[in-house]
Order: sequence, then C-alpha cells, then structure tokens
Amino acid sequence: MTLTDPVPHNGPDNGSDTGPDTGPDTGPNTGPNTGPNTGPPAVAAIEVVGVDRVFRRRRDEVVALSDVTVSVAAGEFVSLIGPSGCGKSTLLRLVADLDTPTSGTISVFGKTTRQARRDQDYGIAFQQAGLLPWRTVASNIELPLKLHGVGAAERRARSSELLELVGLQDFGRHHPDQLSGGMQQRVAIARALAESPRLLLMDEPFGALDEITRERMQNELVRICRETSAAVLFVTHSIPEAVFLSDRVVVMSPRPGRIVDIVKAGGAEMGTSHERTDEVRDAAGFFHTVAAVREHLHGVPVNGARGVESR
Amino acid sequence: MTAVITAETTRRPRLRVKDLRLGAVLAPLAVGAAFLGGWQLAVDGLGIDPYIVPAPSAIWDQLVAGRSNIIDGMVVTGRNALIGMLLGGLVGVLGAVLSSVARVIDQMAVPLVAALSVVPIVALAPVLYTMFGAAVDTGRIVVAAVAVSIPVYLNTLRGLRQVSTVHRELMATYAATPTQVIRTVTLPTATPYVFTGLRIASSLAVISALIAEYFGGPVGGLGKAITSAAASSNYPLAWAYVTGSIVLGLAFYVVTLLVELWFARHAPPT
Repeated sequence: MTLTDPVPHNGPDNGSDTGPDTGPDTGPNTGPNTGPNTGPPAVAAIEVVGVDRVFRRRRDEVVALSDVTVSVAAGEFVSLIGPSGCGKSTLLRLVADLDTPTSGTISVFGKTTRQARRDQDYGIAFQQAGLLPWRTVASNIELPLKLHGVGAAERRARSSELLELVGLQDFGRHHPDQLSGGMQQRVAIARALAESPRLLLMDEPFGALDEITRERMQNELVRICRETSAAVLFVTHSIPEAVFLSDRVVVMSPRPGRIVDIVKAGGAEMGTSHERTDEVRDAAGFFHTVAAVREHLHGVPVNGARGVESR
Repeated sequence: MTAVITAETTRRPRLRVKDLRLGAVLAPLAVGAAFLGGWQLAVDGLGIDPYIVPAPSAIWDQLVAGRSNIIDGMVVTGRNALIGMLLGGLVGVLGAVLSSVARVIDQMAVPLVAALSVVPIVALAPVLYTMFGAAVDTGRIVVAAVAVSIPVYLNTLRGLRQVSTVHRELMATYAATPTQVIRTVTLPTATPYVFTGLRIASSLAVISALIAEYFGGPVGGLGKAITSAAASSNYPLAWAYVTGSIVLGLAFYVVTLLVELWFARHAPPT
C-alpha cells in the first residue's frame, strides 16, 4: 500500500492513456471497452448536454456550471474532480434531481431526472453517512425498501446480504452511534445499494475518512462495483482516488464551473475500473494518469517538483 | 479483501448505574450530612425557636408521625401535577406540530407564547377557581398544564426544525411522500426534544400545582397542608410537608430525566 504520494516519472506523460487535450469528451461510447458486463444496454446511464446552472441571490449571480456536457455509460465509473467551487457537487445534485439546471438537459437511462428519481433508478451516498441514528444498522439499510413497500421478510434477506457485502454482518442490530466513521460510511453505501440500482451517485463519500481507511474503502468499492456492475458518478477532491477508481476522470475548474478535460484511466497496466487492485497504486500507468490529471487541474504543464502536493 | 470487523471489538459500553463512581455519590451525601449536622448543632447550641427554624430532628419526628398525611398530600398534588403535565405536554406538542407545518400559526403564536412565558401562571389560580369552582381540582390542573405547555411547545418546535439537510435530501431521493417524511424523519428527530421540554416542565408542573393550592380550592394537597400547619404554629410539621414536596418534585424530575435519556440514547451528541 502506498500512502505517500506517487512521484510521477519524468518526461512528457501526456501519454497514450490520457484523453484528447482539448474540449470535453462527449462521445457516449467511451466506456470501458472490456469488462465483465454481460450485454450492456445501449442507453447511457447519464447523459448531460450543455448544462448551465446559475445561482441568483438578489443581484449577485454565481455561475456554478457553464456548458457542461458529459456522459456515463452503463457500468462505467466516472469521477468528477476539481477544486472547491468548481460545481462538481452541483452537477451530481442535478443528476439526482435535488436541483434543476438553468439550461441544458440531463437524462438518466433515457428518462428525465425527475422520472428517474421517482423510479428509484439510482442510489446515492453523501459525504456524511446520513444514517438515521434512532434506527439500527439493518433497518437503516432497509429504509428505502420499506418506504417503497417491500415486505418485511424480503427486506431482512436483502439487508443481511448487503451487510455481508460491506463486511458488517455482525453489526445489523447495532445503532449507528456504535460504529466508527468508516463503518457508518459502509452502511450508507449498503443502503445506496439496497434497491440494486444500475447507477450510484457518490458525493465525496470517503472525504471524512483517514487515508488508510480510505484506501481500504476504495478497494471495497472496486469489488462492489464489479459484483453489482452499476455505473458510478463519483465526486472527489483526491486525484489518486479518482484515478484509482475510475474509467474516466472528468477534470473541472471553477468560476465558472466547467469541464477542462476528461482523462481516461486504463491501459494495460491499470485495466478497467473493475480490475483495480492495490498493485495498480504502484503501476507506472497509474502515476502517469495522476500526473495528467494534476496537470489539467493546475491549468499549466508543470515540469518542476510536482510530486510534493499529495492531493 | 473484505475486512470483517467483529462486534466485540467496537461495542461501546453504555453507561450503567454500577459504573457510577463512588465519589460521585459520596461527595453530595457527605455535604448533605454535614449540612444537616451543622443545622442540628446550631439549633440546639444557640437555642433557636422552632418558629424561626426547627431542628432537623424535630422535622424528622413530624415526618415519621405524619407520614400517611404527607403521602396523601403528595398523592393529591402529584395527581394534579401529573394530569396537568400530560395535558400541557399534549397541547405543547400538537401546537408545535401545527406551528411547524403552517408558518402563519407559528407567527400568530409568538406573542401568546411570549406572554404566557413571562406571566407567572399561578397568578391565574384565583381566576380559575372562580371559573371552574373552588370545590374541584380543575383550576390547579389547568395551572400546571399551562405552565408545562410552554417549554414543551418551544422545545418540540425546535426539535421539529432540527431535521438535517442530508436526511431531508435522502428522503427526496427516495421520492418519499410528505407523510412518510414526517413519520420517518421529522417526528423521530423531534422526540428527544419533546422529552427535554417535559423534563424542564416536570418540576414546573409540581411547583405550579402546589402554589396554586395557596390561593384556595379544595382541602388536600401539600400546599394546603403547608399553609394550615404554619397557620396553626406547627412549624416542624410545615417543614415536613415542605420535605414531602421536595421529594415529589425530585421524583417528577428524575422520572422524566430517565425517559429523556432513554429516548436520546442513540441521538448524536448535540
């Protein structure tokens, strides 16, 4: 496990594993070319076209998102990365229908976001676990099922299945306050998976965790995605996290929030997002992709000591 | 790769009675004993008359001798306080739910609540005795109920507004109906606050029910007993009744405190 920052190898690393240098990548067929998915449906999980989001407060106008176009294929793992205020969380909230775009269109599995929310097409996990403290862990996981009228026996079966998936089978009867932060976050992920969604929306779910727990959770997430083959839209601050988990990393910049570039993470050394193991963290391809993302984030090609900053 | 954590390693022990440190119990007991001993010595040594302050031993004698009367008084006052507390609690909670649903009601209630929380409610007792008749306990119950309803209303209203953003958004992503949101998130969030309000109100209920007895109404109850014992110059007996009212007030407080702790046991520390 590498906890220290990987120092990128010298030389130009805009290599073969990065995407086109200019313009947002809009092609819907940029998903993982290989993968264990059996017959992925042709319709994209998320299709965002020309979306603007402007917050108006009295006379102030803040452009949170400007002309954002991006898509997530079924089963694909896409990260949104960028500094605070670049609108990455706003974009995720728009997809989740917790907010509406000022202009542009968003579709989720070919439907409007509102319809997708009503149909429970996605599961969501926030930075805070957001568990209901007065419910046990198991009944927290069962909450979405209960709200949608699933019977008690089926709920119990599903929650014990999910508890096992996130490695907390002994904790079903505990209350959230008896769990550590990392364990609470696992429960939140289990809850997001309760209705077997084909799409997971995750807003910095590991943001409040320490680095060691975080890397373990990332490994878990890779496994869960492989087992459920859900598409994921993942918001993060951490470059290594984004590169490790994703098929593609969407790099965003603030004021106004827009997409700088989309970096592909893959190639022979890294494989698809479902094939990542701890060894990938030491692979040269991983360092190259991290360097490429960092370069886009800083806006200018960095040639000096760029291994200093870790996130 | 799955890191299985066993329950034993992380189970957080809950506070139990036996975990209370001996010092935490002994220290106040020692202070109490010293206080009573000093009191007894002062009364005996300085020859203080009972109408100024009777000796603890004299009060104790009256407590033992009149214990059935004192318990009767506690039952009458306690019953008034309890019924008043339940009624006031109900009114407070329902009012808070209405205020949290409709902003208009909330704004209309502000001056009324402010007025009621400033006015000493027991001052209404004589008026209420005229309204409901001096032969029944209704006036005393109403006094206790009004006194209780204010802190319960304020705390419940606050609790109903404590629903966290993440819970609200979560319910939105589940496309939950308004009724589901209230049942699943809003009411459970507010519950510990309701009991905080009741705990604050509990001693208020006893005090109000007791003081209301000073202003008239039927015979019976600790307040009446204190005034009549004092009027007949039986000061140690008056003090014995005062002791009874302290015990009653403490009992109300402790019971509501335990109920509150039970309901707040899984709430995150605020």
